[in-house]
Amino acid sequence: MEEKEIIQVNELTKNYGRFTAVNNISFNVKKGQIFAFLGPNGAGKTTTIKMLTTLLNPTNGSIKINGFDPMKDKDHARHSFGIVFQDPSLDDDLTAYENMEFHGVLYNMPKKLRKERIEYLMKFVELWDRKDELVKHFSGGMKRRLEIARGLIHHPKILFLDEPTIGLDPQTRNHMWTYLKELNKKECMTVFVTTHYMEEAEKVADNIVVIDHGKIIAHGTSTQLKNQTKTKSLEEAFLKLTGHTIREENASTLERLRAHRRFRRH
Amino acid sequence: MGVVYIMWLRQLKKYWRSKPRMIGSLAQPLLFLIALGFGFGPIFQKAGGGNYLDFLAPGIIAMSVLFTAMFAGIEVIWDRQFGFLKETLVAPVSRAKIMLGRTLGGATVASLQGFLVLLISFLIGFRVQNMFYIPVALLLMFITAMFFTSLGTAIASKLEDMQAFQLIMNFLIMPIFFLSGALFPLDSLPKPLVLITRFNPLSYGVDGIRGALTGVSHLGIGMDFSVLIIITAIILAIGSYLFSKIEV
Repeated sequence: MEEKEIIQVNELTKNYGRFTAVNNISFNVKKGQIFAFLGPNGAGKTTTIKMLTTLLNPTNGSIKINGFDPMKDKDHARHSFGIVFQDPSLDDDLTAYENMEFHGVLYNMPKKLRKERIEYLMKFVELWDRKDELVKHFSGGMKRRLEIARGLIHHPKILFLDEPTIGLDPQTRNHMWTYLKELNKKECMTVFVTTHYMEEAEKVADNIVVIDHGKIIAHGTSTQLKNQTKTKSLEEAFLKLTGHTIREENASTLERLRAHRRFRRH
Repeated sequence: MGVVYIMWLRQLKKYWRSKPRMIGSLAQPLLFLIALGFGFGPIFQKAGGGNYLDFLAPGIIAMSVLFTAMFAGIEVIWDRQFGFLKETLVAPVSRAKIMLGRTLGGATVASLQGFLVLLISFLIGFRVQNMFYIPVALLLMFITAMFFTSLGTAIASKLEDMQAFQLIMNFLIMPIFFLSGALFPLDSLPKPLVLITRFNPLSYGVDGIRGALTGVSHLGIGMDFSVLIIITAIILAIGSYLFSKIEV
C-alpha cells in the first residue's frame, strides 16, 4: 500500500540555532484524505508546511511528497501541490485575473486550459465579475477566495491550506469547504489543513495530528482523539492535550509588519 | 521562456501603473540638471571645460538608471514582506529564470527612465552629437541597469526587511553616484580617488553613455562596453545564486 501514502514524513527536524522548531516528527497522509494538522501558536505547524513545500531545508529527516523528495526533486514535488499561505501572497498591484494568469504561466499550463480553468475557478469563488480590478482594492475575504482559487488552477494532487479560513465569514468558510470537499471527492485531491477552528477540523478532517512544542502529541480521527481524552468535542480534547497556557509566539519584524497589514485589511 | 517573460511583464506593468512614482522619480534628475547645470555652467566654461550641460546630462541619465535599477532589485524585499515572493518560490520553475525575468524587467524600466531623462535634458538645452548614436547609449543604459538590478537583487536576497535600506542608500548608492564622473571630470582627481573611480562600475556606464551621446569619452566606448558586460555577467551569476538560496 506504499503509493497510497501521498505524504510521508520521517523523523523530520528543524533547528534554528539552538531552538528546535520541529522535533523529530513522523506521520503519513493517505491519498484523498482531508488531513488536519493542529497545534497552538508556535507549535511548529507553519515550519512543517514550509519544509513540505520546499521553502525551507530540514535540519534532519526525510519527506516524500507524491513520491518525490522536496529537497532533491524540487520541481516534481512543486508540481504536485498547491498552497494557500497563512499570510497574503497576492501581488496587490496586479489585477485578480493577472494574479491567476501569472500562476498558470509559472506552472507551465497551456494557454487554452489556463483560460478555462481561471474562468471556472473565478466564477466559482464569485470574483469573475471583478477580475479586472486591482487586488489592492479587494477585502480580506475576497483576497482569500482568490488565493484559494489560485492554488487550484494547476489541479494539484495535494492542497496545503495554512489557516485558510482566518478572517473569513461563516458564509465564505462554508462555501469554501463545500467546494474543497467536492474536489477532494471528485479529483481525489488530498487536503492538508492547519486551523485554529476546532469545530471546522472536527467536521471536515478524516485524520488529525496534534503537534505541540515541535512534537506530535496525538494522532487519529476526531472520534479517536475524543475517546482517548474522554472528552465530548475536539476543542476539549485539544485543550486537554495541549493545556490551557497561552502561547507566546516570537514574531520577527516581518511578521509584525504582515500582521499589521492583515489588521488594516479587515 | 514563458516564466522569464511574465516576470518581465510584471515589472513593466507595476511601473506603468505607478505613475506618481514615475513622475516623482523624474523630479530629482530635473532638479539636478537645472540647479547644477545652470549653477556650475559658467564656472565650468571659464575653466575651459566647455558646455557643462552637455557634460552633466549623460551623468544625470546614468544616475536615474542607477537609482531605478537598484530600487528594482531591492524590491525583492517588498515581495518578501508582502508575501508574493513565496508564490514564485514554490512554483516548479528554476529560480534562475525568476531572477532573470525580474532583472530584465527592472533593467527595462530603468532604461526607460533613463530615456525619459534624456528627453527632459533635450528640453533644457542638451544636444547630442549624432542622433544615430542614441541606440548605442540606450544599450549602455540597459547593460548598466542590468548590473545594478542584479546587484540590488543580490543584496536584497540577504536582507529580511527594509531597515538596512538607508544604509545601502548612504554607503553604497550615493558613493557610487558621486564617484562615477557623473558630475565632474575624473582626469585631475587625486590618485586614491582615481583608483576608487576605476573600481566603480557606474564610471564605465557614465563614460560610455557620455561617449555615445556627446562623442567625448575618457576610456573609450569599446572599453566601457567590455567592462560592463563582464561585470554584469559576474554579478548576474552571484545574484542568481543568492536568490536561489532564499528561504522564507
